[in-house]
Amino acid sequence: METIAIPAINFAPIMPEVILSIFAMVLLLVNVFVPSEHKAYLGYLSLVGLIVAGFTLIGGWGVPLSAFNDSVVRDNFSIFFKGIFLLTVGMSILISDQYFKREECNLGELYPLLLFATVGMMLMASGTDLMTIFLGLEVLSVSLYILAGFNRANVKSNEAGLKYFLLGAFSTGFLLYGMALTYGATGTTRVVKIAEYVSQNGVVAQNPMFVIGMLLMAVGFSFKIAAAPFHMWTPDVYEGAPTPMTAFMSAGPKAAGFAAFMRVAIIAFPSLKADWSDLLWILAVLTMTIGNLIALNQDNIKRMLAYSSIAHAGYALVGFTAGNAEGTAGILFYMLSYAFMNIGAFAIIVLVGKKGEANNNVMDYAGFGTKHPVLALAMAVFLFSLAGMPPTAGFIGKFYLFSGAIKAGYVWLAIIGVLNSAASVYYYLRVMVYMYMKDPVEEFDWMKLTPAVAICIIIAVVGVLLPGVVPAFLLNLAQQAVLL
Amino acid sequence: MLGAYLPILVLVAIAVIFGLCSLVFSSLIGQKKPSVVKLAPYECGCEPVGSARERFSVKFYIIAMLFILFDIEAVFLYPWSVLFKRLGMFGVMEMGVFIVILFVGYIYVWKKGALEWE
Amino acid sequence: MFEYVWLIPLFPLIGVVINGLLGKKIKNETVIGGIGSLMVFGSFLVSCGILIELLSRSAEERVFEKVLFTWIKSGNFNAEIGFLIDPLSALMIMVVTGVGFLIHVYSIGYMHGEEGFYRYFTYLNLFTFSMLLLVLGNNLLLMFVGWEGVGLCSYLLIGYYFHKKSAGDAGKKAFVMNRVGDFGFLLGLFTLYWYLGQNHNVWTINFRQLAANAHLLPVGGVVTVITLCFFLGATGKSAQLPLYTWLPDAMEGPTPVSALIHAATMVTAGVYMIGRLNFVYIRSHETMMVVAIVGAATAIFAASIGTAQNDIKRVLAYSTVSQLGFMFLAMGVGAFTAGIFHLMTHAFFKACLFLGSGSVIHSMHHALHHAHSHDDPQDMRNMGGLKKQMPITFLTFLVSTIAIAGIPGFSGFFSKDEILWQAFANPLHGDLNIILWATGAIAAGFTAFYMFRLVFMTFFGECRIMEKAKSHLHESPLVITFPLMVLGLLAIVGGYVGIPKLIGELFGGIPNYLEHYLEPVFKGSEEFMAQQLAHGVAHHSPALEWGLMGTSVVIALIGISIAFFLYVVSPSIPAKFTAAFPALHRAVYNKWYVDELYDFLFVNPCKALGNGLWKGFDVVVVDGVVNGVAAIVKGFGGALRNIQTGYVHNYALTMTLGVVVIVAFYLFR
Repeated sequence: METIAIPAINFAPIMPEVILSIFAMVLLLVNVFVPSEHKAYLGYLSLVGLIVAGFTLIGGWGVPLSAFNDSVVRDNFSIFFKGIFLLTVGMSILISDQYFKREECNLGELYPLLLFATVGMMLMASGTDLMTIFLGLEVLSVSLYILAGFNRANVKSNEAGLKYFLLGAFSTGFLLYGMALTYGATGTTRVVKIAEYVSQNGVVAQNPMFVIGMLLMAVGFSFKIAAAPFHMWTPDVYEGAPTPMTAFMSAGPKAAGFAAFMRVAIIAFPSLKADWSDLLWILAVLTMTIGNLIALNQDNIKRMLAYSSIAHAGYALVGFTAGNAEGTAGILFYMLSYAFMNIGAFAIIVLVGKKGEANNNVMDYAGFGTKHPVLALAMAVFLFSLAGMPPTAGFIGKFYLFSGAIKAGYVWLAIIGVLNSAASVYYYLRVMVYMYMKDPVEEFDWMKLTPAVAICIIIAVVGVLLPGVVPAFLLNLAQQAVLL
Repeated sequence: MLGAYLPILVLVAIAVIFGLCSLVFSSLIGQKKPSVVKLAPYECGCEPVGSARERFSVKFYIIAMLFILFDIEAVFLYPWSVLFKRLGMFGVMEMGVFIVILFVGYIYVWKKGALEWE
Repeated sequence: MFEYVWLIPLFPLIGVVINGLLGKKIKNETVIGGIGSLMVFGSFLVSCGILIELLSRSAEERVFEKVLFTWIKSGNFNAEIGFLIDPLSALMIMVVTGVGFLIHVYSIGYMHGEEGFYRYFTYLNLFTFSMLLLVLGNNLLLMFVGWEGVGLCSYLLIGYYFHKKSAGDAGKKAFVMNRVGDFGFLLGLFTLYWYLGQNHNVWTINFRQLAANAHLLPVGGVVTVITLCFFLGATGKSAQLPLYTWLPDAMEGPTPVSALIHAATMVTAGVYMIGRLNFVYIRSHETMMVVAIVGAATAIFAASIGTAQNDIKRVLAYSTVSQLGFMFLAMGVGAFTAGIFHLMTHAFFKACLFLGSGSVIHSMHHALHHAHSHDDPQDMRNMGGLKKQMPITFLTFLVSTIAIAGIPGFSGFFSKDEILWQAFANPLHGDLNIILWATGAIAAGFTAFYMFRLVFMTFFGECRIMEKAKSHLHESPLVITFPLMVLGLLAIVGGYVGIPKLIGELFGGIPNYLEHYLEPVFKGSEEFMAQQLAHGVAHHSPALEWGLMGTSVVIALIGISIAFFLYVVSPSIPAKFTAAFPALHRAVYNKWYVDELYDFLFVNPCKALGNGLWKGFDVVVVDGVVNGVAAIVKGFGGALRNIQTGYVHNYALTMTLGVVVIVAFYLFR
């Protein structure tokens, strides 16, 4: 019997995933074998893993490389997004320790789950085969279901986890069905090959199976990025999940969803661009409007930020609708800056919250500015960035998204986006009004600013202000990372 | 091309008809003489205690889930073992990595006490 | 030296920065005042240097433009930061920096002990900077910047004693009236720029380029519009009818401010502007007539009010308005050189008069303060016989008064006489000339009268101040009297640069230096004027000129004698006169009720409109709309939040509905 020829395997594109998986498994074992007093090391170990994975990313910039028979790729696009994921997870880990100690949860499984979720996100970003993308999506989603319901003693956390699971499974069905229909129409799941097949056989683009396949996949991805009307899970899940997990969920998986969605739409379905652009137009308007309008009436700050994250996904969809280089570069820039500003805001919420997820109302921030001026200032910076005011990164991101839309001719979309942005200023500034212009009711003395949280806030502030003032560097990276 | 599926369609039809017929005929032809004792739920001769809606112990679910995982592992081991000789060293390493990954999970589950029945 | 012309405005600007930022920390008055004065002195030295170099060149080469950089460049519009040196601007900077320096020094003594000392010098330097920009600017826009700047500083300095409501009100009045004039200036600027550009493709606001292209402008028509607009600006800035009422109120400011801004420099900006734009004005016969008539009318109108005022500064203020009227009269009949000449001599003697009055007020205030009295130190009815206690002030004041009255040998005579002669002889306005001359002559008579009335009431006769204060009256310190002496000297000799030919021949052929000096600036216009007049310049006999000169001297002497009679010989007569004509006196004393008329016509309707718009429109409509929109948006949000029911099956249903709609839409497209 002759030996089967083994093809040469290039591990470089999935090196970060491999490293993170190894670290995650090691953490699992360490968690089980090490007694509880030394559990803090788990957090440090996971951060080390993130840094090591980050190092492997740097070398690949500008050198596209595909492996595993074209099912994963390492290009600027995936490297940019992997960087976003690493930053997101790192910042979430920094703020989790304090929170979970306060809530008295067993921290052991948190870090492996986070790392596995990151692996899933990275696969979504670098996957060029529908199956790989789906694989990443599922790995991510399962980890997220558990993370959302991590605080087993809290009823709301359980509710969040269960709702996320049920609705996530439901939407995965749509996604998979869409992938199956696309496979049925084109005979391949490789993203590049789908486009090739369509360009060779023009009739396929008219085939209803093909179009519906694309639409259903769009629905599946829209669930992940929380675009209306598939956003219904977001408020309950974000409000119930533990705050550091909400921070993570609002930034990382959303970016991963965009990454996968963009890759599929731009590379696999350029023939249907008119269709998915129109669809995204409607989604963008609905998402922005619903997110902003309902957020106006919220009192729970976590729920408010949940609706705000829906709205921000809407703004990113504006850039996606444009589909040109500026728009997509804008999405990349926006995802990064959104990670900074949102996780920064959640870090402050972690500090201000009390045991049992109490003290999360906007009213509870009254007088925060006088008691803790520096932290209130950081919160103010994040809120300004979320509202899109210069000179923060949020403004630059929105500017690029909307200018990309205008360049592509979607002027009304940009106008709606700007109006929504203006309306959103209300609920962001409401927090600031409470922080600075109301008299303090409490002493805020339970707040412990551990070094980890402080580092996270500093990173977030720098990440919000620096690109706002000198956006050139990041914008350059984003423009180089665009798929087109 | 779809003609090959015709036997399956016939089989499905027969199954459905069989099931339906059983139910329909038994309700049409069978005697109906209900009494209190006959309609009571059967609990091995004793009086029923407690609500019928008992909560399932989650350990069944955990065991079932773990069974699925390791069963799939076994399923993957089968084809590999068939081609084992032809895959050479690479095959050994590859399968070794696969088993190690699942072994980590096994150790975790064991140490966490999920395999305890009580 | 020409290359360094930009130093001239720079020095006062440095003074502004230092005094403005650090003034509050530097508590030492001498340092603050010293910095302010030294900066202006630096500008003065550079100005002297420029004048010397200018004189060393031949007449054709007496022009230089230094452009620092292009400020605005938009399409065809090009505005630079550049400075123009020619005989006219060189003369102006000498006057501004020279008189300005003296007044800065004076202020160190006058403002001693005032709170906000540094603020005063900061504003004064800022004013000097703006004024220098105005006179040195090489284009209309830069001149306008200076124009606005001096208006601003005028407001700041009039309202210097901002604790007093009357001072704040006066500042606002000055600024608002100036603004009305500025509107005219801008309209003129735009129209000129547009006209030349649209019709001749010459897009410029640079003075030299405008002058070179002046031949493209038509006579009358649009040029009348342009010049009238500019003249509106001039009436605002130089306090002519109808925009003059702010100047008497501006006396609320400190006296050196009145001297510098409202006598010597800012108010002359309008005259300077006409001089600078002479090539445009000469092309509109109608505007020249308007300018001359307004000038003459203002001269006599203001002079009449001045005769009845009791506040020493008010008299001088109306005198300023009147003398400005003379300058405009000169410009209006085409005697540009005469107008600038009078500007220069007026700067000398009016500044001296104001500073002298300041010295008197300072002394009176000091004396009354010691006597714990609340009498007004500026009221002439409380003064009298001060020549004994304040000899230097008296002497310089007297000299300047003689100059303003137009007595031969002193500077005012030469300039005023030249104006009156040109008003009569210059054939530009035909029969109107005689009326203009007569008005001017009568106004000159009034001038002599009320100025000497002031001198007699203040310095002669018995001292009417309260007994207890008499011993505390004394001469002011050197820092105050030194500028008085310098200005007094200039008031005498300053006129000798412009001796008219007629008199010059008497003394062995002394030429009219000033006319020769300013010739390059006004030559073009004079030739144009000669061209325009069909019958050419009439040659009047020297006898007529001597006759008119003698007439004006006689009128002045009559005025002085009447004043002497009424206020020194028989001081009781004025009271009887007032009692005999109460209505006339009241009308004159109340400035012919012009302020009340303006209130009725303009101020009150504007206030009513503002109030109406505020209460009716802003509160109801604007706020209503904004708040209404916000309420609607919030309402939508409130309605939408009900979609989020919390039931998972509802969520799944929504998602399914979404999918169905999307797929259906695409399938049935």
